Amino acid sequence: MYVAVKGGEAAIENAHRLLDDRRRGDRSVPALTLDQIAGQLALAVDRVMAEGSLYDRELGALAVKQARGDLIEAIFLLRAYRTTLPRFGYSRPVDTAAMLVERRISACYKDLPGGQVLGPTFDYTHRLLDPALAEDAGTDQPVRREGETEPVMRVSEILAGEGLIEGDGAVAQEKGVGDITRTPMEFPMDRDTRLQALSRGDEGFLLALGYSTQRGYARSHPFAGEIRIGEVEVSVDIPELGFAVSLGRVQVTECQMVNQFKGSAKAPPQFTRGYGLVFGQSERKAMAMALVDRALRASELGEDMTAPAQDEEFVISHSDNVQATGFVEHLKLPHYVDFQAELDLVRRMRAEHDAARVTGAGDELEAAE
Amino acid sequence: MNATAGAIATYNFAYLDEQTKRMIRRAILKGIAIPGYQVPFASREMPMPYGWGTGGVQVTASILGPDDTLKVIDQGADDTTNAISIRKFFQKTAGVATTTRTGDATVIQTRHRIPETPLKSGQVLVYQVPIPEPLRFLEPRETETRKMHALEEYGLMHVKLYEDIARNGHIATTYAYPVKVEGRYVMDPSPTPKFDNPKMHMSPALQLFGAGREKRIYAIPPFTRVVSLDFEDHPFTVQDFGRPCALCGAEHVYLDEVILDDAGGRMFICSDTDHCEERREAGHAGEMLAGEAAQ
Repeated sequence: MYVAVKGGEAAIENAHRLLDDRRRGDRSVPALTLDQIAGQLALAVDRVMAEGSLYDRELGALAVKQARGDLIEAIFLLRAYRTTLPRFGYSRPVDTAAMLVERRISACYKDLPGGQVLGPTFDYTHRLLDPALAEDAGTDQPVRREGETEPVMRVSEILAGEGLIEGDGAVAQEKGVGDITRTPMEFPMDRDTRLQALSRGDEGFLLALGYSTQRGYARSHPFAGEIRIGEVEVSVDIPELGFAVSLGRVQVTECQMVNQFKGSAKAPPQFTRGYGLVFGQSERKAMAMALVDRALRASELGEDMTAPAQDEEFVISHSDNVQATGFVEHLKLPHYVDFQAELDLVRRMRAEHDAARVTGAGDELEAAE
Repeated sequence: MNATAGAIATYNFAYLDEQTKRMIRRAILKGIAIPGYQVPFASREMPMPYGWGTGGVQVTASILGPDDTLKVIDQGADDTTNAISIRKFFQKTAGVATTTRTGDATVIQTRHRIPETPLKSGQVLVYQVPIPEPLRFLEPRETETRKMHALEEYGLMHVKLYEDIARNGHIATTYAYPVKVEGRYVMDPSPTPKFDNPKMHMSPALQLFGAGREKRIYAIPPFTRVVSLDFEDHPFTVQDFGRPCALCGAEHVYLDEVILDDAGGRMFICSDTDHCEERREAGHAGEMLAGEAAQ
């Protein structure tokens, strides 16, 4: 008799059942295991751990599987789990100088102490599709040189020796650890919390913003001072024991950009830094983060504010892809109550408009004035 | 959803951990102490997307006890998909009783409407809020709008409303119509139609507002003055549909327009499904039902 427009509980259940079916796909093909995802789609899992801010390869792989490979959906799943975990404390700062380096390159020096270590990189591969990968044709064992177990000196320390680069920046002792997941963000932000937000920010968004700085929107003449990927030890102070205890190791990617700086009234000409640190192997993200971090330091360094990448409130408010995807996609939800109110208004205004046209040219002239 | 030994992921009562609930309850208490003031809180990721009610869900999760009875509505209806989804979420994570009856609920979470049945003392109405800042579309920067609230600098809002009148002859805001709370803070009532604004004034129920993505909580304690902004010569008015509900015959309620066929046929029915059902159970019938009965 009349069209029933309201959604039904059964419809939702059926939709989710269909989703489960589509996720599984052809039942004659073996289901993916978490080991396969964590092992063979490792960079997808790395991105999910980084932007999900939770270092757990097993849960990352589960999220990728559950999300059918939609990485933002997987990030969302991981975040929604992470957020329910009680907070026991904060680790000590990780020491990236003591990293077990698997990859370490510098664009500033031809050779340097510790050497250029390429590691497992797509760089210098030819992007030709490899039909052999369609089958499991067997893979050669990697070649390993006799490893240097010495800590590898940071490039920033080499430059700092000459006084050519600004310091790392000091954090007041009494300040404590900033935590964007436990304290609502306030602008302007401190650099530590800003870096936290960037570290879990959307790779694509930061990539585009970093790119915009290279194309002249807040150009900062960057050099990739150093990129390093490897495992660092995470330790936490146990108050009852009075010393720090190691929790294990996590893989991180660190990028230090070295940027030109002409000097200002406050500071002499010197190189400045942009910093990126991301869970897992996420080089593109770490580099983009370092570019954006440097751009966001414009007001601190007394530079002209001219571009979106320098605008902290704009960048940080829109960098979280879980927030962004939710709000964009919420437009799918029913809005008919408000739309009804707008319908009513537009009808009324059209009626007034038509009435005004009928009453003649004199009124129109007045309106035009 | 209690902890199961060996499971790789487990969840607490009503999903959030107790530390988080305590933090949110503190924000709620601060909001109640300063009616209409937006309290920043460390909003958590929730298992539904931002913009789909995460703020409301966090507030509800933090105030919900095992003895509560929960009602969830979206667009006034209990059977809209997102309302069903949120109600099922709390059934699953908290195991609380749920209802569609406004009068039976202790906590009502809502998106875009206030129930037609007047709320009672002891009830809590939790609003889902997308953009908590009433000044946002006049000034995009949070740093600026917070300053404007602190200084009670609301001239810009009045200028906007005045410009509406100058251009259209009336205020062209039909929902999310700004209100002033207890004579101090200008507040966004969330995108409820302005039809519902008067229900907020001196309500015996506690009204809580949660904006998850924007990380803000605000509140209207019971019996608080809530006044829609207007001018002496252009007083605030609510929508009048000029017709009763086609199903239950209710007048002076908010109506949904339902398209009946592809020839322009339409009818208007209660947006509040519970109100409509209760009236029909009590024997009221609108023209559509009366017509059917006659056939």
